[in-house]
Amino acid sequence: MLLAFSHSRRVLGGLAIVALVATACSGSGSTPTPPPATPTPAPATTVATPTPAASPTAAPITCGTAPVVLNAYFETGFDIPFKLSDEFTKQFPTVTWKISQDQFTNLTNSTPRLLASDTPPDLIRLPTMISLVKDGLLMNLDKYVTAFGWDKWPASELLQDRVAADGTRGSGSLYAAGLNYSMTGVFYNKKLAAQIGMTTPPTTVDEFEALLAKAKAAGLQPIMQWNASASGGGLAFPLQNLMAAYGPTQQINDWIFQKKGTTIDTATNLTAAQHLETWVKNGYFPKDVNAIEYTASNSRFTKGEGVFTFNGDWENASMDKNAPGNVGFFAFPSATAGGSLAAMSSPLTYGIAAKAKNADCAAFFLNWVATNTTARQINVAIGGSNPGGPSDLPVPPAAAGSVTNDSLAVGALVSKANGGMDFIANATGSIFAQGWTPELQKLVGGKETAAGMLKAVQAEYLKELSQ
Amino acid sequence: MNAADGSMPETMIDRPDPQTDRQRQSRRALPSRKARREHLLGWLFVLPALAVYAVFVLLPLALTVWYSLFRWDGFNVPVWVGLANYENVLTDPDLLNTIFNAFRLIFFFSFIPVTLGLVVASVIRRSATGSLGNVARTVLFLPQVIPLVAAGIVWSVVLSLSGILNQSLTAIGLEGVTRAWLGDFDTALAAVGLIGTWVLLGLCTVLLLTGMTKIDPALYEAARIDGAGAIQEFRAITVPGLRQEIGVCVTVTVIAALRSFDIVYVTTGGGPGLATMVPGLDIYVLAFQARAVGVASALAVVLIILILVLILPIQYLSREKGA
Repeated sequence: MLLAFSHSRRVLGGLAIVALVATACSGSGSTPTPPPATPTPAPATTVATPTPAASPTAAPITCGTAPVVLNAYFETGFDIPFKLSDEFTKQFPTVTWKISQDQFTNLTNSTPRLLASDTPPDLIRLPTMISLVKDGLLMNLDKYVTAFGWDKWPASELLQDRVAADGTRGSGSLYAAGLNYSMTGVFYNKKLAAQIGMTTPPTTVDEFEALLAKAKAAGLQPIMQWNASASGGGLAFPLQNLMAAYGPTQQINDWIFQKKGTTIDTATNLTAAQHLETWVKNGYFPKDVNAIEYTASNSRFTKGEGVFTFNGDWENASMDKNAPGNVGFFAFPSATAGGSLAAMSSPLTYGIAAKAKNADCAAFFLNWVATNTTARQINVAIGGSNPGGPSDLPVPPAAAGSVTNDSLAVGALVSKANGGMDFIANATGSIFAQGWTPELQKLVGGKETAAGMLKAVQAEYLKELSQ
Repeated sequence: MNAADGSMPETMIDRPDPQTDRQRQSRRALPSRKARREHLLGWLFVLPALAVYAVFVLLPLALTVWYSLFRWDGFNVPVWVGLANYENVLTDPDLLNTIFNAFRLIFFFSFIPVTLGLVVASVIRRSATGSLGNVARTVLFLPQVIPLVAAGIVWSVVLSLSGILNQSLTAIGLEGVTRAWLGDFDTALAAVGLIGTWVLLGLCTVLLLTGMTKIDPALYEAARIDGAGAIQEFRAITVPGLRQEIGVCVTVTVIAALRSFDIVYVTTGGGPGLATMVPGLDIYVLAFQARAVGVASALAVVLIILILVLILPIQYLSREKGA
């Protein structure tokens, strides 16, 4: 689900709207993900059980036995936090909620004021974090990391919610946590994939490229993707996948998190960009890709144009609805067989106000969301996204044959490999609109080389950081 | 920013104002105290509108100029940078490119609609006076009534790879030239420009047609008796007689070209590359995505100045000789 691109809402605005629609559809669509099929623990028993991995030294952090009213700010249009809060109250009847909601853009503007007010939220959907942390408005969650054992979760899950003392993201203390984690990868048309002899997902980039060549030779459209300015350059998805296949995710994340002295113009990224350039030259993308918008790309893909498309699990519901049973999902392979998998992934970020009255209870809720079986089931059923949490907890199953099942399995693999990345489109406020999108379009139009593209984007990046 | 640069020329168009003359005359004829009271009363009547104008046009305009002197992200404390933002606007090749694109659009938004509008209006006037003329006028004016965003969406479909334009081209054997018109570096700006032509042709035609009713039919009659053909009539009577209307058309369409936003935003978003990026869109991107409020404001001020520099001579020329 796209609100996970929290920091990129401005950048990926077009996508966000689509995702909103997609989410709305998933609630009322004709093929919704089914309600939990597995028996869930009876609420009564859960109440008594203090949740796992309590700190060995201090008393376990809970919501206590006295009545608590959690003051929360949720984002309008997304069901997940509401459904989770209902379930939480069912399991812990002493906790009730005072929920305010607002549009994401309004929240972006009002968050500092809300956090600084006399009745600061115990739990709030966070648009951005760095300035809030700098102003001391967000609670440092480090004590909960040790108390709940979040340090044993795959590190990449919480990476994007960490802010260092120098104000860069990606390391340092934890200031937020994700309600779930969206995941990107490659969707494929099962019928067309079978036609070109793909029986199992490719395990190396070479294998994937061989499939692209086969598709081209068979007269099929190998990849359906969007790259029009209105939606932003969707070729950034395969590009970043290629970057992570040929180089470490760390250097990509560092660049996104604006660590000093980092550059996108590295040797491995050049290799990645050159592969993308070859794909363009070989005609693996549609001839009119520079004019294809996000929604058009998805609709053309589900109508059978394109063997593959690069996108994220927020599209699961509409894929299952528009091409039922015919869409699969795999993680983009690594360069060498058995290499570690990586994917762009973003948490649905929630934080706690520095002055929150019920911080412990809010943190307990965040831990419950990631670890409670029913909560995880709700996350999968409503959002189609990975609920995160400890990697040894099973991810609840979705409907058999649904693409959500595929993407959840992929999510678990990527999570195990610690391969989560933020989006290169999120590095600065307008690096997507002013850097990646025009440069990727030029690459398609033959007006730019792979090397020139990386140099131009890096120059734009430095310019924006200096402005 | 847009409201500011859009409204200024309108006041200029309305400048030749007979009412002020009449007021001046009546004031001279009346006793001075009463005149003063009337004067005050006049200001009172104007005050609400003036207040709205001041708050929503003049103040933002002044603030835009003020912001353009700072480096500011919209939240934190602004940093005074003097004229550095202007230097940036006038030296950054990408930003200059957007300004050049706006000038290229003048050809499609202004030159074609005005020339073609003149021709079409003459044709309608000469040979389609009855209901046919009304139908033609309505059809041509229709784009003015349709919201630009809706029109832009429809045009994106028409100009897409599988759109009706390419289908037609294929049908007549021109498959070789088919392409995604809005996604191709060579054609995107022209494609966007032609949508502008489509929108503004009707406006120009109707304005010019109205102006033609003002021209004394005896002139045409005389010309015909002298044996003038349609082209000679057009050159000797129609065009000179429409000098003021042409001035208005050029003014309105040049402004539309320089401050274009909606058509570009909806159809190409400034792409591919920066092939169709125009100042209006860039100001938006800079201010609300890059959060570079200072540079965005500087670009807006430069745009206002460019529009004024271009429009004032047009105003002067069209009035001077029409008077």
